Amino acid sequence: MALIRITSPHVHKPTSTAGIMRLVILATLPGILAMTFFFGWGTLINIIWASALAVTFEALCIKARHRPLSFYLKDNSAILTAVLIALALPPFAPWWLTAIAVFVAIVIAKQLYGGIGQNPFNPAMVAYALVLISFPVEMTRWTAPFMLYGEGWNILAFTDTLSLIFGSWAEHADAFTSATPLDEMRHRGGLTTEEAWRASDVLANVGAWHAVSAAYAMGGVLLLYKKIFSWHTPAAFLLSLGGIATFFYIISPDTYADPFFHLTVGGTMLGAFFIATDPVSSATSNKGKIWFGIGIGCLIYIIRTWGNYPDAVAFSILLMNLAAPFIDQYTQPRAYGHKAPKRGMKGKA
Amino acid sequence: MSKIFAFHGGIHPPENKKQSTRAPIRLAPIPEQLTIPIQQHIGAPAKPCVQVGEQVLKGQMIAEAQGRISVSIHASSSGTITDISPQAVPHPSGLEAPCIRIKTDGQDQWAPHQGLADYRSLPQLELIDYIRNHGIAGMGGAGFPTDVKLHLGDDHIVNTLIINAAECEPYITADDMLIRERAEQIVGGIEIINYLLNPTHILIGIEDNKAHAIRVLEDALRHTELNIDIVVVPTKYPSGGEKQLVRLLTGVEVPSGRIPADVGIVCQNIGTVAAINQAVFHGTPLISRIVTVTGGAAGKPQNLEALIGTPISDLLETAQVNHKTLSRLVMGGPMMGFTIEDDAIPIIKTSNCIIAAVKEEMPPAPPSQACIRCGLCEQACPAELLPQQLFWFSKSREFEKAKHHNLFDCIECGACSYVCPSNIPLVQYYRFAKNEIRAEEAEQRKSDQARQRFEARQARLEQAVLDKEIRRKERAEQAAKTQAAKKASNETAAKTPEDNIKQLKTAAAITRTKLKKALSALEVAKADSSDNIAQLDLQYKQADHAAEEAQKALELAQSGPQVPTTSAAPDIKQLKTQAAVARTKLKKAQQALKIAEDKGHDGADTLRATVVQLEEKSAAAQLAFASAETSTASSGSPLLALKESTDKALGTLKKAEAALETAIANNSPAAEKMKAGVVKLKAKYTEALAAQKSAELNTQTTSAPKATEVPAQNVEQQPTARTPADLKALKQNVSIMRTKLKKAETLFASAEADSEQAGELQQEIVRLTQLHKDAKAQLDAEEAGKIKAAAAQGIDLKKLKIDAALARAAVTKLERSIKKAQEAESAELNALQNELLAAQQQATQFNNTLSQFE
Repeated sequence: MALIRITSPHVHKPTSTAGIMRLVILATLPGILAMTFFFGWGTLINIIWASALAVTFEALCIKARHRPLSFYLKDNSAILTAVLIALALPPFAPWWLTAIAVFVAIVIAKQLYGGIGQNPFNPAMVAYALVLISFPVEMTRWTAPFMLYGEGWNILAFTDTLSLIFGSWAEHADAFTSATPLDEMRHRGGLTTEEAWRASDVLANVGAWHAVSAAYAMGGVLLLYKKIFSWHTPAAFLLSLGGIATFFYIISPDTYADPFFHLTVGGTMLGAFFIATDPVSSATSNKGKIWFGIGIGCLIYIIRTWGNYPDAVAFSILLMNLAAPFIDQYTQPRAYGHKAPKRGMKGKA
Repeated sequence: MSKIFAFHGGIHPPENKKQSTRAPIRLAPIPEQLTIPIQQHIGAPAKPCVQVGEQVLKGQMIAEAQGRISVSIHASSSGTITDISPQAVPHPSGLEAPCIRIKTDGQDQWAPHQGLADYRSLPQLELIDYIRNHGIAGMGGAGFPTDVKLHLGDDHIVNTLIINAAECEPYITADDMLIRERAEQIVGGIEIINYLLNPTHILIGIEDNKAHAIRVLEDALRHTELNIDIVVVPTKYPSGGEKQLVRLLTGVEVPSGRIPADVGIVCQNIGTVAAINQAVFHGTPLISRIVTVTGGAAGKPQNLEALIGTPISDLLETAQVNHKTLSRLVMGGPMMGFTIEDDAIPIIKTSNCIIAAVKEEMPPAPPSQACIRCGLCEQACPAELLPQQLFWFSKSREFEKAKHHNLFDCIECGACSYVCPSNIPLVQYYRFAKNEIRAEEAEQRKSDQARQRFEARQARLEQAVLDKEIRRKERAEQAAKTQAAKKASNETAAKTPEDNIKQLKTAAAITRTKLKKALSALEVAKADSSDNIAQLDLQYKQADHAAEEAQKALELAQSGPQVPTTSAAPDIKQLKTQAAVARTKLKKAQQALKIAEDKGHDGADTLRATVVQLEEKSAAAQLAFASAETSTASSGSPLLALKESTDKALGTLKKAEAALETAIANNSPAAEKMKAGVVKLKAKYTEALAAQKSAELNTQTTSAPKATEVPAQNVEQQPTARTPADLKALKQNVSIMRTKLKKAETLFASAEADSEQAGELQQEIVRLTQLHKDAKAQLDAEEAGKIKAAAAQGIDLKKLKIDAALARAAVTKLERSIKKAQEAESAELNALQNELLAAQQQATQFNNTLSQFE
């Protein structure tokens, strides 16, 4: 009998980081389906293209850092990042745009900081913010939901989509591009919200966006049920955004969009359930997560309403990523047997 | 049913309890050899009270408690003591500890023992002591001496008694089976504890996965008069942790770093309660316990009642453990138990479970991945800590931060490690950090103590030095007093400073020695990099300072008495000597010259020049001496001295002139040089004369106010009174000379043809020119002296002269204006007359002042 000395605990829950990542990827499926249904094959093609790139970049970086390749590749984190980037980009984003975004996410925002678990910012959002600022034309040209064309459901053929993404963008693009509802609402000129709703084709088809948001929310609820993340961040995020939107909507319904609009268009749901809940770059304690969520919700509303960009999920999340360590210091939970929680950085050596 | 207060976190690992509850509790066979550690509890180890080779009976005390926190140890079976030596004991460290080994005789013969017929008749303290002597210690985990917990009444008010039957760790069913089979023992035990603590509530906490046990317990409780609540808590690890159970049952939290008794709560393990019952009612000490032997490798997982000291190997055999599939042997539960490598290790009072695990149920931990801060650990932590933060801090050795994040509230339950998706051995990190901090603190305490000891010693030494100093001062004072007395009697003033100097010398020497000592001590300290460098440095500096002071004092004392003698005297003396030397030299030279001239030597000319030079020097020396004497001799008559020197200078000058004349007459080539010498001598003489005059003036001015009082002084003032006349005479002299010179020049011009006469005349002219120059020089010197004297009184003579002239002019002008005014009968006449008067007054004043100097 050759026994070894091992300290407790001796049993382990059969969970793994790879499993968590896989589950999160699966939870994006309803969103992927909805996107494909309303915006065509572009989303799917982008996901495959981005994933292939992400795995390649990840492998190269791990190799360059002399780390065990398969051990790190198996954690699925690169693929999850790629999927989130592909979902955030416009469906007909040209191939090079996706490539740049994935490169920035995997190489710069993740591996240069030390790989998985070490990145202070959400890699997908770093990439998104970078391409949004660098290539505003490509990034703001979304397609209108395909329900607009022809009779009934009629999306662009797969091969056409392929050539659109990997071929020459400029020739065909204009035929399919359209503003997003957030763009419309932002650049409605002197119209009141009511008039904008009546006047705009894009806004008339806002239902597609609602459906996509609902799909993301479904996936998010699945993850909540599986306890992949706690309810604190998404709840605080959505409630604060909804709350502030309601407040301004009550004050002036003509000037400000209604809360339902804010919650169900743009990247709100994707951000609330898949980006803000990224544990690596968010706050730690439950209380901290609530503040983190509230911060994101408020920033989104502020930037959408008074800022220069129609949507603000990426910027808001990045800004709050920056604040997360600070939040952590002041939101230590009250430990068992202590009267009050400890605060600040007293332990600084 | 009481209310349940949930605690944060917790996990639900697979229970694996059913396997071992199928069979009833069996008695484990008596082993051949019992190994009984003398410390199976927290606190001081018991002290063996048997000898090797001694025969012992079952239940006989073999080691007795010593100290407040300790319990006794008893022989688990009858036999012979074979050994009292360190053996492998159940401990996570795997270290050996002293054990008493008994070779059993198989008789299992009891020592005489008898329970208490009525424990209530016994005073509480005696009953507590009885429990202590029967070796009862906590059987749940830590093994805290039970009597201590029952003896809290003095400083704590206990209102709640909690019986811990939660048994939350997977696999373990020892308490479960105990309740099922021996519930009446538990009730009896609770009654005894109730008698000792008299709590207001009694709660039994039990997890809802022990339905059978709960039923049995409820039945048993019907037979007691006590109001005991069975609180069924949801199955969740670690609800059996003392703090967690307290929270679950009462909603109260045990403050960090305190014990439940501080909030009026006492917890007892249910197995301990049964052991108390057995001890009190039957007199049987704690010599056996129920152990769950289970795990994948156990053929017949079951609970065994094993004697304390039974080797684990015997139990494994009874449970038919398959050694081929056995991969890990764990004592305790899978969450907090520890592995054992040696199956000869004995069962002790706290051993509740042996898990003989196969590889599948306890696989080796996979390599840990990076922490993704998923927060699952935080959701699982029953102490409400931030495990991932603690992990980062422990990993980066930021122990201060870890402490700030309440590392020491971690109960090492392992829940965080259990849920970690990245398989990070979190608890191991925390244990590492805790040990590091503890080691650091111990080190700190040690160094603090060392420092205190050192400081105390240092203070002692310093005090000794001070005392010595005080004594020395006293002695010195005493000595000074006697010295003073001696001095007074002797009245030898000269001796004192010498003595003083001696003393100072000694003092300086002493301080120097001290300084050296301090320096060497400092160097040694520096070399050793000792702690007290700063102190030594200070000492050294002080010594240095003292040495300097002493040296200074000494020097001052030495130089002091000499100062007055060296002040002015040597100067004049020196000058006098110099003057004398110069005179002697001059005389010698003159003699030599005379001889040379007499003999018609060639070198006479050079000698003559030397003589002139020497004369010069002698005169200068004399002059210097004279002036020095006048300036220093305050009581003497400076004027006389000055006059003397002037006369002397005049004499020298005349001699030199005579010599020059002879030289010219002889057509000597040295004539030119001699001429220059004469001129110089003249200048010297003039200087001397001027000095004399100014001195005269000074005496006059200073003595002037006194003149009326002391008539004698008037006699002395005579020379000064002569001054204006002198000046006039000089002026006249100058003009006479000028006239003579002019006459001679005219004669010379007219007598050019006659060469003989011309030569004479030329000589005459030279002489007259010289005389004129002299007279002029004399006059100038005189005037300069006047101006100087006037300046000494704050009056500028030149300015005074000008002012006087202006005043006179103004008077004349006014006189003319008045004349005109009188002629014109002007009205301004009066005013003009007034002005005239004023102008006249002013002019007179100026003239008066001026006349003082002329």
